[in-house]
Amino acid sequence: MAGWLVRRLVQAGFVMLAMSAIVFVGLHAIGNPVDILISPDADQAERARAIAALGLDKPLWEQYFFFLRGAVQGDLGRSFVFNEPALKLILGRMPATLELAVTAVIMSVLVGLPLGLFAGLYPNSIAGRTVMAGSIMGFSLPGFWVGLMLIMVFAVTLGWLPSSGRGTTAELFGVQWSFLTRDGLRHLLMPALNLSLFNISLVLRLARAGVRETMPLDYIRFARAKGLSPRRVVFVHVLRNILIPVVTVVGLELGSTIAFSVVTESVFAWPGMGKLIIDSINVLDRPVIVAYLMIVVALFVTINLVVDLLYTVLDPRVRLGGRA
Amino acid sequence: MTSHTGFLTTFAIVAASLGGMGDARAQGVQSQGAQSQGAQGAQGTPITVAVGAPVTSMDPHYHTLTPNEQAHTHVFERLVETDDKARLRPGLAESWKLIDDTTWEFKLRATNFHDGSPFTAEDVAYTIARVPTVLNSPGSFSIYINAISGVEIVDAHTIRLRTKGVYPLLPVDLSQVFVISHKLGPNPTTEDFNSGKNTIGTGPYRLVSYKNGDRIELDRNEAFWGEKPAWSHVTYRMISNEAARTAALLSGDVALIDSVPTADIAKLRTDSRMKLWETVSLRLIYIMLDQSRDGPTPFVKGPNGETLDKNPLKDRRVREALSIAINRPAIVDRVMENAAIPSGQFLPPGSYSYAPDVPPPAFDATRAKALLAEAGYPNGLTITLHSSNDRYLNDAKIVQTVGQMWSRIGIKTTVEPSPWTNFVGHANKQDYSTFLLGWGSSTGESSNPLRSLVATFDASKGRGAVNRARYTSPALDALIDKALVTVDDGAREKILMEGVRMVMADTALIPLHQQKNTWATKAGLTYVPRADEETRVFDLRPAK
Repeated sequence: MAGWLVRRLVQAGFVMLAMSAIVFVGLHAIGNPVDILISPDADQAERARAIAALGLDKPLWEQYFFFLRGAVQGDLGRSFVFNEPALKLILGRMPATLELAVTAVIMSVLVGLPLGLFAGLYPNSIAGRTVMAGSIMGFSLPGFWVGLMLIMVFAVTLGWLPSSGRGTTAELFGVQWSFLTRDGLRHLLMPALNLSLFNISLVLRLARAGVRETMPLDYIRFARAKGLSPRRVVFVHVLRNILIPVVTVVGLELGSTIAFSVVTESVFAWPGMGKLIIDSINVLDRPVIVAYLMIVVALFVTINLVVDLLYTVLDPRVRLGGRA
Repeated sequence: MTSHTGFLTTFAIVAASLGGMGDARAQGVQSQGAQSQGAQGAQGTPITVAVGAPVTSMDPHYHTLTPNEQAHTHVFERLVETDDKARLRPGLAESWKLIDDTTWEFKLRATNFHDGSPFTAEDVAYTIARVPTVLNSPGSFSIYINAISGVEIVDAHTIRLRTKGVYPLLPVDLSQVFVISHKLGPNPTTEDFNSGKNTIGTGPYRLVSYKNGDRIELDRNEAFWGEKPAWSHVTYRMISNEAARTAALLSGDVALIDSVPTADIAKLRTDSRMKLWETVSLRLIYIMLDQSRDGPTPFVKGPNGETLDKNPLKDRRVREALSIAINRPAIVDRVMENAAIPSGQFLPPGSYSYAPDVPPPAFDATRAKALLAEAGYPNGLTITLHSSNDRYLNDAKIVQTVGQMWSRIGIKTTVEPSPWTNFVGHANKQDYSTFLLGWGSSTGESSNPLRSLVATFDASKGRGAVNRARYTSPALDALIDKALVTVDDGAREKILMEGVRMVMADTALIPLHQQKNTWATKAGLTYVPRADEETRVFDLRPAK
């Protein structure tokens, strides 16, 4: 187990290293941030000063070397735009994204799993078919369009919910969270729903397929023949066995929901990391882009780790490490 | 994200037709007041507004960036301010005059900083000393104080600034520099400005909090010397998505939005619950023509795509043909939805140094063809026209339209819009032949575009820094030199107007149109739209 963990971490280290090198070279190829950031009124001397101030006058390999030296000491550089440490900027935006993503994923499980079970148990009923048809909407409608429609209906027309932004926050563990206040929840509801629609459909379809596959299996028939209540058959024997694919997907989706909720964040003006990264890409703010992607890699590694550990809990046959 | 705007039109129609249902939200002016922990038992009304461009720092000397500066005007003030037409007016300086050729004297206003300490000449000297020392600045304000060679404090409310040589533009330059308190001590950091610790100004509002990418909370400065703002508390939100910004206004969450998307302008104009405010801006959209090469230029070829032995754009007749082949009123009407006016020079009518005798070049395809033939290209040319697609209002659509217009005079035109991040780097390296750009004359007078856009590129003199076409004209350079040392405003204006005439007669670049700046507010409010694109909440008031 320990060896397995170490191998995982070393792999993650290499991924980060490769990724940072690619980002450095890639951004360098796109353009010079000073071209974008500098005042149009600036003269040639000021331009040269700005390039030197941001360290962009050095050869690329040297810039990369400085970055690595800093990274080893936990310093991922300062944002060209905000003049603050990139890591601090991203971590400052993280709670907003985390609460949005976690709420969305919880919603997708709470809504998707029961609906999926239902559709799997009663595949030919009208309700079951309706659920399946509805789920097509969930993954085929583009997120920004659904977002705008939600705003139009619930904010502009009905006036029930605020159109965008993050509401009042309250402190927990030294961090500001908006899910702790009523106003914050009102602001959270629409973006979270928008973000979860796709995942609801995904979980729903996985659950349904799992149920359809599991129901005819011998051990289920045996359980029924044994006279177990239908409730026990479904919630213990069936549910537990369909959870493995669901957990895998939910884990991966949590990662991508955190890392790439850009569209929802910009439609709902949600001040999270997604908006930060898209703004940073637009001005080639390299320190922020690199730091962000490193955090995302770390995040995915962690989530995969947790998912693997969850497998062992859900299915005792899964052994970690073994003969890899 | 521009594709979102189409949806919004539908959006606005539905919203307008169902408008009556939302009465509960009509008083959104008060909606967010309770949110601000910092707002103290406010007498008066809080207000929430939304701007499009994110504010990246509260340090007023960190980055020369309009979205930042417009936020800073709420908290800080400058010695010289500008009005909505970009004309100078007194700010922290009550008056200024030249006492000899190289010395300006500023009489300072008696007022206090937010912390109660008095504003004095020492703060001005401190500000001038601090500007060049800001660390890691990607665009320093030192370009506006470089002309100053010496500072002399005469008394607490009089300061003299000496310049290197005669420099009539000093008040104009200082209208860009915010004054901070000398009490901040040596090397105040940008982080301390962002946290609010250093953000102590003399302006109409005090900073309560700044959250990057989200909002700024401001409380009224009850001791402000000027006209008191109408709103006791301001929540200044940043909503960069166009559709979301309009939706925030329609839903009543905010009372004012800026940069109204052109697609929504018509709908908002007819909505009785909203009011639209617009003014012609100082931003010119123009096409630059490569002058850096005498030999072949990469994106202008012969009629069948063959490489030419010289650069046709060096021929004034070709440049003029390209200019008069463009139907400017059509672009303004169809592409810009009238959120612009056709233009034939750098600045809109009414500005200092606007030349009234230089109209927008009239559309004349026949004469354009004749000019091309006269220049030796009777069978036309093949041109690739470059532009950004995310920087200026409708930039990609404009070049497509221009491309079609050029095709009509026998020039096979391909257009190639690309993201600004990529485009601007190539434009800076003279990689393009014809390319679309915009220029906002921050100072509201034409020495600014003349110096930067069309003066000969010369690093030692700091001229022509964004003359990306490398246009050069010794006669024009001499005229600019003369204007910059002419102290008398009237005489200088005449010289600058002569410069404008010279540029346009030679078609040094092709001016297309002057953008309009648009704001939308709830009905029942008045707003002062500004030519310099800045959004100021203290210019928003209840209608009388």
